[in-house]
Amino acid sequence: MRAARSRTGLATLTALAVLGLSGCGDGDGTAEAPPSGSGTRLSGTLTVFAAASLTESFTRLGRDFEAAHPGLRVSFSFAGSSALANQINQGAPADVFASAAPANMKTVTDAGNGAGTPTTFARNQLVIAVPKGNPGGVTGLADLTRPGVKVALCAEQVPCGAAAKKALTSAGVGVTPVTLEQDVKAALSKLRLGEVDAALVYRTDARAAAEQVDGIEFPESAEAVNDYPIVVCREAPNKAAGQAFVDHVLSDAGRGVLTAAGFQAP
Amino acid sequence: MGGGGVARRRRTGRVPAALLLPAALGLLFLVLPLIGLLVRAPWSTLPHRLTEPGVVTALRLSLQTATLATLLCLLLGVPLAWLLARVEFPGRRVVRALVTVPLVLPPVVGGVALLLVFGRRGLLGGWLDSSFGITLPFSTAGVVLAEAFVAMPFLIIAVEGALRGADTRYEEAAATLGAGRWTTFTHVTLPLVAPGIAAGAVLCWARALGEFGATITFAGNFPGRTQTMPLAVYLALETDLEAAIVLSLLLLAVSVAILASLRDRWITSP
Repeated sequence: MRAARSRTGLATLTALAVLGLSGCGDGDGTAEAPPSGSGTRLSGTLTVFAAASLTESFTRLGRDFEAAHPGLRVSFSFAGSSALANQINQGAPADVFASAAPANMKTVTDAGNGAGTPTTFARNQLVIAVPKGNPGGVTGLADLTRPGVKVALCAEQVPCGAAAKKALTSAGVGVTPVTLEQDVKAALSKLRLGEVDAALVYRTDARAAAEQVDGIEFPESAEAVNDYPIVVCREAPNKAAGQAFVDHVLSDAGRGVLTAAGFQAP
Repeated sequence: MGGGGVARRRRTGRVPAALLLPAALGLLFLVLPLIGLLVRAPWSTLPHRLTEPGVVTALRLSLQTATLATLLCLLLGVPLAWLLARVEFPGRRVVRALVTVPLVLPPVVGGVALLLVFGRRGLLGGWLDSSFGITLPFSTAGVVLAEAFVAMPFLIIAVEGALRGADTRYEEAAATLGAGRWTTFTHVTLPLVAPGIAAGAVLCWARALGEFGATITFAGNFPGRTQTMPLAVYLALETDLEAAIVLSLLLLAVSVAILASLRDRWITSP
């Protein structure tokens, strides 16, 4: 499923690239509200581009936000942070961008497509995900090098893979994975299908899949903590709603949802 | 085409504008994205990027697996096409429909389905693993399997069409002259439909070369073992748009070269 969605993203990206659009949202603005008044009425559609690992928590935040603002509809595009950053730079009409890594946020802000400075709103740490009940008795990274243990990692090009590499390097553990998946959810689904015995995923992803998966904490993950920055897009079609959503994510209520999902406060 | 010049001119001479305009737009729609790749390609760094080890490895793996997948499709697909074209049996229409399902199935679904059968916990995969220690996911064999699953209908359709169009009198003549069924098949039928088989094999190969969804789902992504060109393109997009364009361009060039060189020769034959 993830690959299908990613392919759609790819197709969109290609189409937009061909059309030569640029900037963060050339779409028709729906709500032209005065800037950042807390009493303003928000309406129209709010489009949030968010990293795949935010799927569960942001869906929840979006529902809360819709409930607080009748007349506003929140629509999400969840995908790999870098794919989203590329789409925004090619003119995709996003109001808010939430990235799983500062590097992908930098792609957007360097291109001048962020309004203001991004704010770090959460941190995520890796865990070793294993099948429920931990049949292999995995206690730490070293167990992943045992012969016969099949491991899925994320590819280095995506944030969870970069974090995994950093953690493994700092632990001095040489794991040979059987696959390098294109995003964290894909690595997790290989585990859920029983094709691998362990995967390095974010704590939040392991928690979201808690019915089938156990997450085992390991000390070296502290060496590879991922910061999640969020920003309103410069050419957001619905800037007022975008700013209000960012404020909501940063509020105590927003932090509560993120913490419950397994994120750490920045 | 026996009528010669007059008939031919009448057929191609006057083109109604009502057809020409949408036809031109259709062509533009299909070609424009390819032009987009050409326009945006970083031509100055192209030679350097194309010789990077990762690119060479992915291309070699792609060519190898697509070729193996095509061979597998020939081995299994030609007999299947023959069965569909020449043998009347109950449920033939259902079989024909089933055989073409991978054409319309999203490749990712194909990949999931393959996992459920050949995966470590799959119907056959579990047995393969426990009895022989063979696991297909995450292996080059898995890539071949995924590609063959998606590409085989292209071969079957082409070969079945060729068999249906072929004149059966040659086969009957061979039979009356005492040739056995196998001899008739190998010495008469196969040479008769060889162009159709070749056309099908080319399409099959090209489709296998471009396979993405089933491969990444079933075989995963590991450089040198399962990372084919389409997967390399997708991952390159994560960090480096230019690299993705270069890889796309290479894949496009290989596909176009193969299709162009063989299409005229084979596909327009009987």
